[in-house]
This record gives sequence, structure tokens and C-alpha cells, in this order.
Amino acid sequence: MIELNVLGQSESNEASGCASGSCGSTGDQLSHLPEEIRKKVFNHPCYSEEAHHHFARMHVAVAPACNIQCHYCNRKYDCSNESRPGVVSEVLDPDQAVKKVMAVAAEIPQMTVLGIAGPGDPLANPERTFSTFRQLSEKAPDIKLCVSSNGLALPEHVEELCKHNIDHVTLTINCVDPEVGARIYPWVFWNNRRVKGRKGAKILIEQQQKGLEMLVERGVLVKVNSVLIPGVNDEHLKEVSKIVKDKGAFLHNVMPLIAEAEHGTFYGIMGQRGPTNEELVDLQDACAGDMNMMRHCRQCRADAVGLLGEDRGDEFTMDKIEMMDIDYDAAMVKRRAIHEAIEAELEVKHNKPNEALVTLSAIRKKETRPVLMAIATSGGGVINQHFGHATEFLIYEASATDVRFVSHRKVELYCSGGDTCGDAETTLEKIIRTLSGCEVVLCAKIGYEPWGMLEEAGIQPNGEHAMEFIEEAVAAVYLDMANNGQLEDKPVAAQQLTA
Amino acid sequence: MALNIIETCVNCWACEPLCPSQAIYEAKPHFMIDNKKCTECEGDYADTQCASICPIEGAILNGFGEAINPPGSLTGIPPHKMMEAMAEIQAR
Repeated sequence: MIELNVLGQSESNEASGCASGSCGSTGDQLSHLPEEIRKKVFNHPCYSEEAHHHFARMHVAVAPACNIQCHYCNRKYDCSNESRPGVVSEVLDPDQAVKKVMAVAAEIPQMTVLGIAGPGDPLANPERTFSTFRQLSEKAPDIKLCVSSNGLALPEHVEELCKHNIDHVTLTINCVDPEVGARIYPWVFWNNRRVKGRKGAKILIEQQQKGLEMLVERGVLVKVNSVLIPGVNDEHLKEVSKIVKDKGAFLHNVMPLIAEAEHGTFYGIMGQRGPTNEELVDLQDACAGDMNMMRHCRQCRADAVGLLGEDRGDEFTMDKIEMMDIDYDAAMVKRRAIHEAIEAELEVKHNKPNEALVTLSAIRKKETRPVLMAIATSGGGVINQHFGHATEFLIYEASATDVRFVSHRKVELYCSGGDTCGDAETTLEKIIRTLSGCEVVLCAKIGYEPWGMLEEAGIQPNGEHAMEFIEEAVAAVYLDMANNGQLEDKPVAAQQLTA
Repeated sequence: MALNIIETCVNCWACEPLCPSQAIYEAKPHFMIDNKKCTECEGDYADTQCASICPIEGAILNGFGEAINPPGSLTGIPPHKMMEAMAEIQAR
């Protein structure tokens, strides 16, 4: 019998069963990090898979200028109904941005992180970016500040960044080879010239690598984002992953290319496709041998507000904020209480063994195959969403050894109420297609009609674990399947395991 | 001679700090160039600075009213491809 490796069940921690940051989930992979780094990231939704269930983030769009062009970006960034990086509804000046952050911090106390990510490049707008950071580090010291950059102007701004107590930087690095870069970046603006093609890409790559080294030297946590572009940099990203890890980046986030003709981007117009779910997960797995991989990124807008996967930006437009009366001192007290409550809840969860996994290790006699399960959740790390209200499903893989978060899949809202119900059937069919490869859907509740259709498609709906922690419920269902002898053969619908 | 910013400008601020003559100013509905101040960067830079960072094709015109960055020159999207795609989207 193969030993079941429940995370946290090491020699030093035998009794507790599961003490890792995210029980049984290797998606988070924070458990092996030094305590000092864990402290920096445990409540950062973009850096910790577990945190993203509980803590919220916001971006303020103070940085419209950019110093490079990427083939996946259209610089006509004004858009209200798309969710992808580089898109915003209104650009703010630093004073407006500070006001907005204070308003959101008071209204959404779970918001722990403020990032500047565009819609251009924050470091191509140094005055606007740093003015925002300067004011916030004074007025809202309980908010973590972070910045996301293409790296071209990074080396010259590293000193200034360090002054503002920014201990998280995200760098987008899509390549380390100028030949590859020339197919991603048509030009960069460098030393008062527009430099095109391979030459421009080479400058960008050199600046990125230099900036990465400088940040790591100063103890700043660096996450590297890479956009997976099939046929352009897919194989190459394995090398990128190795290099950035060697240089000290602590997390690598490989994101799928978003390319639609209606976005007006080079890739969209030229018909460059994005990766399939399977290609993305395969590449993430291939890179994972080398470093921490992030799999919960939602590729949010440069003005997103709320938990990852949700956007409450509409509640905080400048005209609405002008009407709000914010007492930040009172808000800080409330924020602290709420943060402490979440931390206490997580502490309890960490110290509780995942019973199902422990039991499974004891009874399991035969090899059991892994199973993908789709989860409907609106946050909190628990199964708490109605199937029909889900706009995305989290995909977990249960196996004999652990439960791990694999990816998320966006779906169209199935039930929006009222007279839209006529369309429900086709939407439902689409959702079921999106969930292909999964054998179970865990949700708080589910209607009669989708239940039947899911079953017919070989996906078992399950509402019995409502309000339970995701990892525990997934493990429990897997245990049931093992006990019923469902895991010794191929999946019933003979579907491929894709995620 | 002076350069000119036209209505396709997206107000991204990239050009404003680069102008060696402080000829560019924020205005509604888009940034403008003061034609009394603009020198087309002569004596300061080999390339006109605003037109060298502007990401929008056609948004900056030279003294003859011609686009300094014509369609396709910055994004690499061939103009006929862009037109085909737009026609296809509108026909949906």
C-alpha cells in the first residue's frame, strides 16, 4: 500500500493531520515557505490560493500611459463590460484613487490589498503611481500595496518602490529570448525612441531580468506572470519558469491568452487562439516541478474591486464615492476585527485533520484514480453557492494522495431570473460542456432540471455538503466513491481528465 | 510647423511628460498641442517624442496633416485584416 501523503502529516506534526496553509491542496504551496514570507502573503488573495477565498483586492486605474505594446493588448482601453487586464471604465487621478481606496476599505473590510496595474504600465506613470502609494501608506497603513509592471522601467524605479513599503511586485515576463519576444511585442519606447521588433524585445528582456534581480536583492517578493500563447511561447515558458525561479521569483502565474477579434488586439484580429484548459494545466504542471505555480488568477481588470472572480467596481464609481461619508479610523477598527475573525477561522481549519483523507489512507487497498470535481462557491472557502448562481466553478482534483485546486472555469449565468428562462436550456448545455471532465459538481443547492441534465452527462450533482469547507467535502465525496468501488475503473462517461 | 493631436487620442498621458517644449496640455475631449510652442522636437531629439510613444495609429498628425503613425504601423495589424474583422463583427 502506498503511503498517503496528507500535507502537514510530517514527522514534526504527526498529530495534527493537516496543518498546511490549504489542507491537502498543493495549489497553494505556501507551507514550505519561510515563516516571514508566509506572513507577507497569507492574506494576499493574488499570492495565496487560500487567501483568495477570504480576502479581497482592488486595483485603482491611475496609470494610463504605457511604454510598450503587447500583441494581446488594445490601447483603446475604455470598456465597461469586459473583464480582462488593461481595461477600465474611468481613469482616476491619485487623489480620486485614494478616496476610492478608503471608501472600498470601509465598505468591504475584507479588502487587504491595493494594486496598481494599469490600464497602462504603472512605472510608465511614476508620478501618478507613487503619489497614490505615498498617500495611502500614510492614510491607510493596514492596506498592503503592490504593483504590476512589464519591467521596462523597473530598474530605475526600484529604489523609489522600496520607499513605499511595497513588498509585492508582479512582473509580466513572457519570454527570455528576443526572437520569441519579437512575436509578442511590436515595439518598446526606450531612450526617447520607439524601438521595434527583436531589438525592442531584447531591451525589454534585459530590463525585466535586471529588475527582477534588483527586487530579489532587496527582499521584495516577486510574482512572475506569463501569458501562454500557443505556438509562440508555450514550450519556451518552461525555460522562463526555470530562469525566474533561479533568480528568486517566489511564484509563477501562467495565464491563458485572451484573444477575441472584438477586442481589436493583434492576436484577436489575426486569429491567434488561446490555450485550451488542458494545455494550460499541462504547462502549469510542467513548470510546477520547478516552482510554486499560481492557478487561481482571474486576470482581472485594472479597476477591479472585490474577491477574485467578482467585480464590485460599479458600486464605487467616482460619483457614488463623492456621496459617501467615510470615517476611516472607525473603519480600521472594524477591519481589524474582521481580519482577526478570518485568521482565527483559518487557524481552526489548519489545525483540524481532514478526516476523509486520513480515513482513506487507512482503508484504501487498491489503486484509485483521480477525480475532478467542480465547486460552486461565493467565497469563504466553503461550498455556499446555488448551482444556478455560479458564474465560475473551481475545479479540484481529488486523488489517493491529496486534494488540490487545479483551475477555475468561467460559465455564463444559468439562472438570471425573470423572463430570461427561455434561454436557460442552451446556457445549461454550455455549462455542462464547460464542466466536461468533471465527475461531480458540489454546490449549495441545485434545481431539478440541471440535476437531470448533469446526471445524463455523467456528472453527479451533489448538494449534501453545503456550507462545508471545500477540501474536506471533496475528500469526503472521494472517500464515498472509493468505498462504492467507483474509482477502480475508468470514469463512467469515459471522459478525459482535463482541467 | 507643429504637430497636432486629433480625436482618436485616448487620453493616456504618455506623451505629455515627454514634450521638450511643454507644448502638450490636458484638454477636453482630448489632449492638445499648443502650435506656438511645438518645435517638432527639432534641436532636442531625432524623433518627435509624442509620436514616438503614442500607441494609437493616426492620432498624431505632422505639419502637413498626415498621420505620423499610419494604420498598421504600430500594432502590426494589416489594415485590410482589421477592416475584414470589423465587417465580420458588425454582420453578427
